[in-house]
Amino acid sequence: MTARTISKWAGSALLGALLLSSASSILSARKAAPGIPSRPSNPGEECLACHGEKSLTTTRGGRTVSLFVEPKRFSASVHGSLGCTGCHADLEGKDLPHDTPLAKVKCGTCHPAEQEQYARSLHGKASARGDPLAPRCLDCHGNHDILPVKDVRSSLAPLKIPFVCGKCHREGTPVQLNRPIPQDKILENYSESIHGEGLLKKGLIVAPTCATCHTAHLILPHTDPASSIARRNIAATCTRCHGQIESVHRKIINGALWEKEANVLPACVDCHQPHKIRKVFYSQGMADADCMRCHANERLKRARDGASLYVRVGELLDSRHVKVACSQCHSEVNASHVRPCETITRPVDCSSCHDEIGKQYLRSTHGQLLAKQDPNAPSCKECHGTHGVLGRTNAQSRTFPTNVPQLCGTCHREGQKAAVRYTGRQHEIVEHYTESIHGKGLLKSGLTVTATCTSCHTAHRVLPRTDPESSVNENNVPATCGQCHHGIEEQFESSIHSRRVSKTRKDLPVCNDCHTAHSIRRTDADIFRLDIMSKCGRCHEQIAEAYFDTYHGKVSRLGYAKTAKCYDCHGAHDILPVADPRSHLSRANVAATCQKCHAGATRRFAGYLTHATHHDPRKYPFLFYTFWGMTTLLVATFVVSGLHTLLWLPRAFEMRRELRAAEAAELAQNQTDASASPGTAPAKEGADD
Amino acid sequence: MTEGGPEKREYVRFTRLHRIMHAGMIVSFLSLALTGLSLKFSYTGWAAVLSHLLGGFETAGYIHRTAAVLMFGIFAAHLTDLYRMKRREHGSWRSLLLGPGTMLPTRKDFSDLVATVKWFVGLGRRPAYGRWTYWEKFDYFAVFWGIAIIGSTGLTLWFPVFFTRFLPGSFINVATIIHSDEALLATGFIFTVHFFNTHLRPEKFPMDITIFTGRVPVAELKRDKPLEYEALVARGKLEEKLEEAYPPIVIRAIRFFAWGALSVGFGIVLWILYAMLFAYR
Repeated sequence: MTARTISKWAGSALLGALLLSSASSILSARKAAPGIPSRPSNPGEECLACHGEKSLTTTRGGRTVSLFVEPKRFSASVHGSLGCTGCHADLEGKDLPHDTPLAKVKCGTCHPAEQEQYARSLHGKASARGDPLAPRCLDCHGNHDILPVKDVRSSLAPLKIPFVCGKCHREGTPVQLNRPIPQDKILENYSESIHGEGLLKKGLIVAPTCATCHTAHLILPHTDPASSIARRNIAATCTRCHGQIESVHRKIINGALWEKEANVLPACVDCHQPHKIRKVFYSQGMADADCMRCHANERLKRARDGASLYVRVGELLDSRHVKVACSQCHSEVNASHVRPCETITRPVDCSSCHDEIGKQYLRSTHGQLLAKQDPNAPSCKECHGTHGVLGRTNAQSRTFPTNVPQLCGTCHREGQKAAVRYTGRQHEIVEHYTESIHGKGLLKSGLTVTATCTSCHTAHRVLPRTDPESSVNENNVPATCGQCHHGIEEQFESSIHSRRVSKTRKDLPVCNDCHTAHSIRRTDADIFRLDIMSKCGRCHEQIAEAYFDTYHGKVSRLGYAKTAKCYDCHGAHDILPVADPRSHLSRANVAATCQKCHAGATRRFAGYLTHATHHDPRKYPFLFYTFWGMTTLLVATFVVSGLHTLLWLPRAFEMRRELRAAEAAELAQNQTDASASPGTAPAKEGADD
Repeated sequence: MTEGGPEKREYVRFTRLHRIMHAGMIVSFLSLALTGLSLKFSYTGWAAVLSHLLGGFETAGYIHRTAAVLMFGIFAAHLTDLYRMKRREHGSWRSLLLGPGTMLPTRKDFSDLVATVKWFVGLGRRPAYGRWTYWEKFDYFAVFWGIAIIGSTGLTLWFPVFFTRFLPGSFINVATIIHSDEALLATGFIFTVHFFNTHLRPEKFPMDITIFTGRVPVAELKRDKPLEYEALVARGKLEEKLEEAYPPIVIRAIRFFAWGALSVGFGIVLWILYAMLFAYR
């Protein structure tokens, strides 16, 4: 045997095997496919010979049951083309009349997916347990007259589903009475709900029926994690129809979070109770009344630490959250417990609804401290309160503009917990703010649009100025102030001090460098005008010093605001280099700038050196030499005349002594003369002198 | 002249106008000094206090300019008086300027200066001074110089818009330096050298108030200005220039005023010293 013959033999054997196997697979496929009747027949022609008679009955379990099959309805049903043996497979090839009873029809033979779901479902398991109340396929779908679901005549057309389910799940049925079903009056509630109304009253066949939420076949209790109505799945179930529900909820709920962290967030049903869903938002949520059964008690205390758990109803009713149910904030409640709140493990998380604000807060210093579990960290409630939370537009609110300084001051006032840990330069913040133009505007003039703490520091994203993202970071200050002072910001941003104009690594001033942070004053106040030189002088040191050598500066130094200050000539926010034609001090503008005070000033007048110093021989030689010329004259004069006076002094004293001696002698002489010739006046004394 | 006794009469050295002008000068000069120096030494705390006491920098400015006008007025009055003196007593400028009573420096003033210095150091006797000693003449011309320099620069600072029509703007800076330093020289000189040379010489202690009374005792005239005394006696004019001394109450009032002015002057000197030596910047 050669290798060639072996391969030839093997090849033909392989071919034969292949042919054989394909033929058998075709055969088996034909045999296995139940949808294709092996013996095409006029449907039920033979069966109807008996079952077409209305009088055909049998007795099952002591009851007489009709075995009549209406030929027309059967042939019109979805299964009409299958013939009787399509479902009653055990009749295949049997002689008629057949033995009774027939085996139970197995719908799963053709509907394996549905069958599989059913088997996992509450209904399927009950059925498997042999629960006599468990529904089987035909209990919902019927038997010989099954129509497509989309056919309005179908017993499972949307409009009929509540009634199909209601056969078992309405009040008083054995199922409702004997099985642990937590909901009651299901059908009644549904028919009054917005869903039921839409379906039953308005005939909207797209309105959700029982099966829309509970599914048709995979009906599971809500405690089963796989259930469509399980807490973690309910959002997905509802959003199948309510796709844009996030936007209805003021964009506060991030869709992903809602589904991912269902335990944090209130589930749809917490507010929109199952079966009772109304068009209007529920003012009475799942358990408000239930909560208040205990929490209206003033003496209710927490066992752990004795903290009061009393909730004043009036406070809630006046609050901004009046329409929010307890369980919306205090999520994780479980309505099936006697104390629904006992399943709560976390404190209230406001960011469940206020998502964006929550993110801002977590980024803020306050939030960071809270994350570190700092006992001083303020959380939402420190500022907003708890049940009585009011909007910032409510004058009673702690966050109403006029109350904000006090609110922030509770921690940031000197000596308070935020102030004592603060190491920066700002002190007596509240006091300074109160005296500032903003504080006066807010608190004295009652201008609620005036800047408060939160206007600059933001309400929730409070960050230290060293943080580049802080609203009070030097790079962000112009924009922060510009929220109100927009025109000024525009001027400033085109000035030489703006980083957009000056590409430098040096420090550049921003608003608060001149205006300060908290003690901002009116710029026409003397104290501001007098202080500006020290502000500008922080960077422009020599210029500011030289300014004080001139008349403007000297008068300023004496404490008078009237003479020109830096910004009177240079401009305040629109400062530009002198070479810039737009500058107040450019060739074209300088005379007009001087004329603001010196009527009639000319360009030549503007040649006055406003920052001249006589100490700089290179920059101002003529001033330098004038000064030293005058000083030399002064010193020389004083040296000569001083020397003259000093040399004179001893002689002067000498003369004084001589004079006194002469006077004494003269007095003695006069007395002698008087005693020698009393009554005689010295007649010629004057002439002798 | 009167029968009360010749020893009570005193020689009238200064006319009423002279005395009024000197008193006016005191008022004007002190006002100028206080207001001006408060600006010059603005960096001292004293200056700010003073400026507020004077009613603020603007009021101080008005006082300064008013006093300046008064000073100019006195200067003009003096020139007018010179002209009248020329007509009444001399007849010609030559006689007035080159006569024995001239204010102009003469050769004798230089020899007097040399002799005085010799006397100071014990190398000679006190020279016999005439109508005006050389230091009096120096003081007199210092005022001329001062009014010219301080006055002209002061006007420039007063009317900068006008002056910069024909002067460069930086001349205002120059004028400021000159005005300020010359004023420092003037105040410093008057409140130390002039005070000592004229009013507070030990032999005249407590104070020579001749410029206020106009009168000098004949004995003192004979001692201080022997040449003038001799000239007066020689021309027989002494008698006609003798007048009654003021009653003590007037003298007391004059002393009160003079001491007030002197105290202000000394205060200013102390302030200048403090500002220049301890607070200068």
